[in-house]
Amino acid sequence: MLLTDSTRFAVQAIISHRMRSFLTLLGIAVGIAAVILLTSIGEGVHRFVLEEFSQFGTNVIGISPGKVKTGGQAPTGIPTTARLLTMEDAESLKQLPHVTGSTPTVWGNSEVEGNGRLRRTMIYGVDADFAQVFSSKVQIGSYLPRGKAGGSRAFVVLGSKLCNELFGTANPLGARVRIGGLHFRVIGVMEPKGQFLGVDLDDTAFIPAERALELYNREGLMEIHVIYAEGASSATVAAAIKNQLKLRHGKEDFTVVTQEDMLKTLSNILNILTMAVGALGGISLLVGAVGIVTIMTISVTERTNEIGLLVALGARRRTILGLFLGESVILAALGGILGLLLGIGIAQLLRLIVPTFPVHTPWSFAIGALAMSAMIGLLAGVLPARNASHLDPIEALRAE
Amino acid sequence: MPEAAESLIVLNGIDRTFTLGDSKVHALRNVNLNIAPGEYIAVMGPSGSGKSTLLNLIGLLDRADAGTYQLEGRDVTTLDPDEQAKVRSERIGFIFQSFHLVPRLTAAANIELPLTLSGMPAAERAKRVSQALKEYGLTDRAQHRSNELSGGQRQRVAIARATILRPAVLLADEPTGNLDRVTGEEVVRLLEALNTQGMTLIVVTHDQALGARARRQIRMDDGSIVSDVTSKPSQPT
Ligand SMILES: Nc1ncnc2c1ncn2[C@@H]1O[C@H](COP(=O)(O)OP(=O)(O)O)[C@@H](O)[C@H]1O
Ligand SMILES: [Mg+2]
Repeated sequence: MLLTDSTRFAVQAIISHRMRSFLTLLGIAVGIAAVILLTSIGEGVHRFVLEEFSQFGTNVIGISPGKVKTGGQAPTGIPTTARLLTMEDAESLKQLPHVTGSTPTVWGNSEVEGNGRLRRTMIYGVDADFAQVFSSKVQIGSYLPRGKAGGSRAFVVLGSKLCNELFGTANPLGARVRIGGLHFRVIGVMEPKGQFLGVDLDDTAFIPAERALELYNREGLMEIHVIYAEGASSATVAAAIKNQLKLRHGKEDFTVVTQEDMLKTLSNILNILTMAVGALGGISLLVGAVGIVTIMTISVTERTNEIGLLVALGARRRTILGLFLGESVILAALGGILGLLLGIGIAQLLRLIVPTFPVHTPWSFAIGALAMSAMIGLLAGVLPARNASHLDPIEALRAE
Repeated sequence: MPEAAESLIVLNGIDRTFTLGDSKVHALRNVNLNIAPGEYIAVMGPSGSGKSTLLNLIGLLDRADAGTYQLEGRDVTTLDPDEQAKVRSERIGFIFQSFHLVPRLTAAANIELPLTLSGMPAAERAKRVSQALKEYGLTDRAQHRSNELSGGQRQRVAIARATILRPAVLLADEPTGNLDRVTGEEVVRLLEALNTQGMTLIVVTHDQALGARARRQIRMDDGSIVSDVTSKPSQPT
């Protein structure tokens, strides 16, 4: 029997029971829609989180003090016996090949007083390279000056939100603000940067790292951030950094984490999350599959006579197996298509209603869903179709 | 009796037993039969005497428990299922009391079914089906489904379907059993016309008058052939 003919035969059988076929494929459709919708949300969250992290640029490497033998990053702020990361360490990394910037980083939370107002905010102790490393731009005034002398002067650059809160529409440049117990002069205001995972990046103040060490009474840096040229291999740069610091420290008492590694790990975690959520949707797909097994079993029983006739007309067992398998695969695939449209439709609707809600349906998911539904049809059809092809034709013809 | 070499069907010592629970039913007991090409045979006998079982066996829908079966000089007793299917497709036509039309298919599609199953290309099928529809006077019923056809029309569709691949043997199990007398007559005349064209015709029937029309009459009782009479060619009424 030609494939086109078998297909037509199966489709005719499906159409001959419109309502029942529709309800059966609806079962699969709901399952596929659930899987598509849930994985789309998973993938949307995945992309959203990765985008959040890569807004700082992906060619960033972080160095933190202390070496954790079991891997992972040492918790910051907890005193360790390891040698501290120093301003000089940060400075020395600026000379490495491919490295285009390196900033020491110290952060804390302090009260900022200026223009007669008081606000508690995040304070970053950094140097001139920071703006470049975190792809931030100055809106008015200038950023922290370069050089050893300039680096330690009591200047502050305000985040746009902080500036707004303290100075409103007044010109903040040249104003004096007090942070903790220290006094600073405002030399610039940053462009708004938005939020990162819900944290307002504009409610900040940037001061020279040395001042921050003084402010928070620390001896070592919390982290050094290095940015390297686009296109350079992160592994090569990370290795160069390790070498340089090992030379300076005499041993590896620090941890180097590239943004690339971090994103990869994060991506893996999010992928697992997406799969787990998809598996949840898969439960409803299982129910749909059971529906197909049921309806195919009923169909084989109802059409016992027809099966006997087909054998009498010279159909081979394999042909009969194929006809019934084809029927269940087509049924499931139609359900898959409907479910796909349903899932994508709901996903788009969600995006329309809640524009900030991250949903994304990659093509691979759509194709995967269709392949999966066809596969379910195949598995669900095997038993009933096998029964059909093993019927005794005499019994089948005698059946009423 | 014709020579074995020129026989169409040779059955030798055929036994067929059905097991129903603990009891065994001997549906065929030591059946020997020799059928020449082009014969017209009526198989008669009481209900349960094994007529259908014999027909199913000849049609390769069933296997004998003992004995041999030669079809056109070839031993078909031990063919594998696929080879059997091929023989059924090419050499055997079945006609049933209850027609067995596929209800969701049109008359034309029902007639086309053996061609479709054999893998014939659609264009060639269409030609043959329209020819068959014309021959059986069903052209204006081509697109009707089984439930829109009369009993006689249904059986004509079934006959067209059984003969579209020009089988050597036509096996009809009580073909008029579900038809009124007049329609039954029509159907029998159709079958006889096919026999006249050279197709071997084996009809199982309860109807004495109908059986009497066949040149050769086989009587069965309790699984055995009790009489096998070949009469002089009778004149069709
Ligand atoms: N598939 C079967 N299973 C069990 N018994 C059967 C089967 N087919 C036929 N028989 C038995 O074999 C005997 C002959 O049946 P059958 O050939 O149908 O008789 P007929 O067609 O002459 O009425 C009957 O007793 C019947 O009950
Ligand atoms: Mg019978």
